[in-house]
Parts: sequence; structure tokens; C-alpha cells
Amino acid sequence: MRAPLDLVLVLVVLVDFFLLASSRPKTGIRAVAVQGALLAALPVLLAGNGLHAVHVVALAAGALVVKAIAIPLLMNWATRESAPHRELAPIVGYASTLFFGAVGAAVAFTWTSDLPLPIPGRHPMLVPTAITTAWTGLLLLMTRRKAVTQVLGFLVLENGVFVFGQLLADLMPVMVEAGVLLDLLAAVFVMGLVMFDLQRAFSSLDTSRLTTLKD
Amino acid sequence: MTLALLQIVAFLLGAPLLPGVIGRVKAVFAGRTGPPLLQPWRDLLRLAGKGAVFSRTTTWIFRAGPAVALAATLAAGLLVPLGAPAALVRFGGDFVLFAYLLGLGRFATVLAALDTGSSFEGMGAAREATYSAVAEPALFLGLVSLARSTRALDLSHMLGLQLQPVWWTDGPALLLVAVSVFVVALAENARVPVDDPSTHLELTMIHEVMVLDHSGPDLALIQYGAALKLYLFGALVVRLSLGALAQEPWLAFAAFLGGQVLFAIAIGVVESTMARLRLLRVPQLLIGASALSAFALVLLLR
Repeated sequence: MRAPLDLVLVLVVLVDFFLLASSRPKTGIRAVAVQGALLAALPVLLAGNGLHAVHVVALAAGALVVKAIAIPLLMNWATRESAPHRELAPIVGYASTLFFGAVGAAVAFTWTSDLPLPIPGRHPMLVPTAITTAWTGLLLLMTRRKAVTQVLGFLVLENGVFVFGQLLADLMPVMVEAGVLLDLLAAVFVMGLVMFDLQRAFSSLDTSRLTTLKD
Repeated sequence: MTLALLQIVAFLLGAPLLPGVIGRVKAVFAGRTGPPLLQPWRDLLRLAGKGAVFSRTTTWIFRAGPAVALAATLAAGLLVPLGAPAALVRFGGDFVLFAYLLGLGRFATVLAALDTGSSFEGMGAAREATYSAVAEPALFLGLVSLARSTRALDLSHMLGLQLQPVWWTDGPALLLVAVSVFVVALAENARVPVDDPSTHLELTMIHEVMVLDHSGPDLALIQYGAALKLYLFGALVVRLSLGALAQEPWLAFAAFLGGQVLFAIAIGVVESTMARLRLLRVPQLLIGASALSAFALVLLLR
């Protein structure tokens, strides 16, 4: 089962790069949905000897429903009014963020094998992929101005945490994971409301306008 | 030995057929019949029979440009295994010579464009030089990844039978390199997402604008050189993604030629379904390709 797992993890990193380079919110939402679907395959591919079959299937199904279907639909709904405007001026340009993302990936893949993990690594590429994805999320959160792309950054960050969580999948009870997924959904919901209000107040999703608010 | 010579014959005679295949695919997508496959050859012969016109501002550099470009491309072709198990000329590190022979050809074309003193050609030359500078890391990181994964330093071995087991152990990395080299091939051959070969607006052209002042036999040399270059990059992509499909040399040769046709069809599909990128977005695409190659190298070094 090594080869398909390698491929899924590499594809997850590729979606990271794609997100760093893409400027259209709609494309970004689609890419995050694809990444969510890829992540949903991870628990199944990682499952060892089928001891926790129900657990694994529930986790995969939960991730698929929340990450690949519910959240993208919600984001599409939240952005339906705000025409497909591209992100006009990110704080740091696309080429530079892509470069930083690639450097982050290189660092993650080169040095994470030296990290002392409490649980012996289940797959050598799992931790670097998690770190690269979280780093991508951080970059997106820091460098983009629009609320939509910032929410995308948050989602990618959470995807990174999800990949890392796969290390502990055997130890984490289903309830904890369900809680994490629900938290995420609630957070996106709140952000959707924020976007809605931003849109109504300023008829744009540019978060830098929030600084003009007083008290 | 016969196969080694046959691959060169196929290279010299078959290269102009690739633009023909691309034109046919684009015509099918547009619902037309399209020109016959041999049309590029007919165009070349027609151009070769014409006289040349030289502007009085140009010097010998302008006349030497097309010949140097074609000679450099032909020399680069001797280093690549074009279907046979090995190339005609091979030595350790020949992939560097391959890349810079193509670079020499481009240098000659750029100089010839600057020699005309036309402002449009100067713009095209500046763009060509800029984009090839951004494409170079993608190509080199990809070639270094290949060298690393096959533990060989000559193109004949890097793209030979050693590639087969690597696909089993490091498939994802090779896939990334293949995609990256394909993007570089599109950029280097002035195909659609980077440049539009059929455009007629000087402001947006890159490669075509540099050859506006060439006419007759010179233009034929340039177009023939462009076809050869496309065939070379096709060879890289095909050998990289198919490996040597069969141990039997003749079967492998047939598979290679089939792969070249598939490569041309893929380019035709890309050209029919995508629009040209804005000039500002092109470096972003090429940096993305470099990121893919770099990531592949990191995966292999781990």
C-alpha cells in the first residue's frame, strides 16, 4: 500500500502549491475541496490491520463530508454575491509566496526525519506533508487581503493539523475527532457570517477596511 | 547501429510533422478539417525557394542568427537518445551541454532580433531572454532529479532502461519532473499558455516577433529549427514518462514514435482548451514548474 499513499501525500502538497499560486477565490475553494477529498482517503490508506475498521471508516466519511462537501458548499454560498473578483493586491506577491512555500516544503521534507516523535513514524512522508500544509495555510493567512482567501488559509492550516493527527489516529477516540471536525465547521460558519457582514457594510471582502471601524 | 542512424533520420524528417499534428488537433477542436500533415514540409520547401530580403541596418549577425540556431539545435539532437537505446554522442555530464546548446541557439536568435534595430523585436528579445532565464531552473532541477534517481550523468542512461525501476520506487517524483519538463517544453517552444504561435499582434508576441524580419530561406531555417527543438523536448518528455517501454529495441523505437505523436496531440489539446496567459503571469507558471522540479529533487534526496 506504499505507492498510493505516496501519491496522495504528494498530491496534497501539490494542491498547497496550487493554492499559493492561484488568484481566484472560486478556484481556491475548489482546490481546498480536492485537498479535503484527498485527506479523506488518508485514514483508509493508513489503516494497518483493520483493527479499528469502524473508526477508520467513520473518520474517512466524516472528513469527506465536512472537508470536501459541506465547507466548500458553505464557502460557495458565502461568496455567491461577491462576483468572482480576483484577489487584487496580495500583501506579498504570488511568485514570492510560491517561492516561500517551496522553501518551506524543502525544509520540511529534508529535516523532519530528525524530529523526535513520541510515536514511531507511520509513514516517512506524513509529518513533512503536515508541516508543509500548515505552513501553506499560515502563508495564505498572512499574505492575502480578502476574507475568502483568509478562510481558505485557515482551512488549509487545519488540513495540515488533520494530516498530523493521522499519526495518532489509533489513540484518538472518535468523539475527539468528531469534536475537531465540528469545531472547524462552526469556525467556518462564523467566518461566513463575518464575510456576510463585511460584504453588507463595505460591499467588498477586503479585510483591511476593518481598520476604518471605530469602537 | 542501424537504429542509431535511423533515429537521426526520423529526427530530421519527422520533426516538421509534429507542428502538423498540432495543427490538425487544433483544427479538429475548432470543427475544421485542417491542413494536411505534410503542410509544414511544403511551407519549408516553398520558403527555401524564395529569395531573402535584408534590411540595410543589419549586419552579418542577422544573417548568421538562423544558421547558428539551427546548427546548435542539430548538435543538441546528437546528445539525446531519440528512440534508440543510446544517443550518437554520449559522455558524463552531457545534459549540461544539451541545455546550453539550446541556450546558444536562443542567444543567436536574440542577437539577430536586436540587430534589426526594430523596437518590437527588442521587446520580443527581452521577453524571450527573461522567460528562458526563469525556465532554466525548472529544466535543470528536473535533469538533476533524473541524474539522482538513475545515478547516471549522461542523457542516454538518464533516459534509458534505468528509469524503469525508478518508476516503481519513486513514481511520484518522476511524475512531478515529467509535468515540469512538459511546462518547460511549452515555454521553450513558444506554445500556448506562454506564447501564441499564431498571433498577429506584435505587442503580445514573444518568439514570433523576433523573426519578423527574416524572410525566405532564413525563415525556413528558423521554422525547421523550431520543429527540431519541439521534437527534442518531445523526446525528453516521452522518454521520461514512458521510459523505454520494451526491451526489444525496435519495439521501443515504435513506442517512442507513438509517444511523440501523443506529445503533439497533448500540446494541441492544451492549445485548444487554454488561453494565453497574461505576460505577467508567465513567470509565475515557470516558477511553479521550478517548484515542482525542486520538490521532486527533495523527495529523491530524502
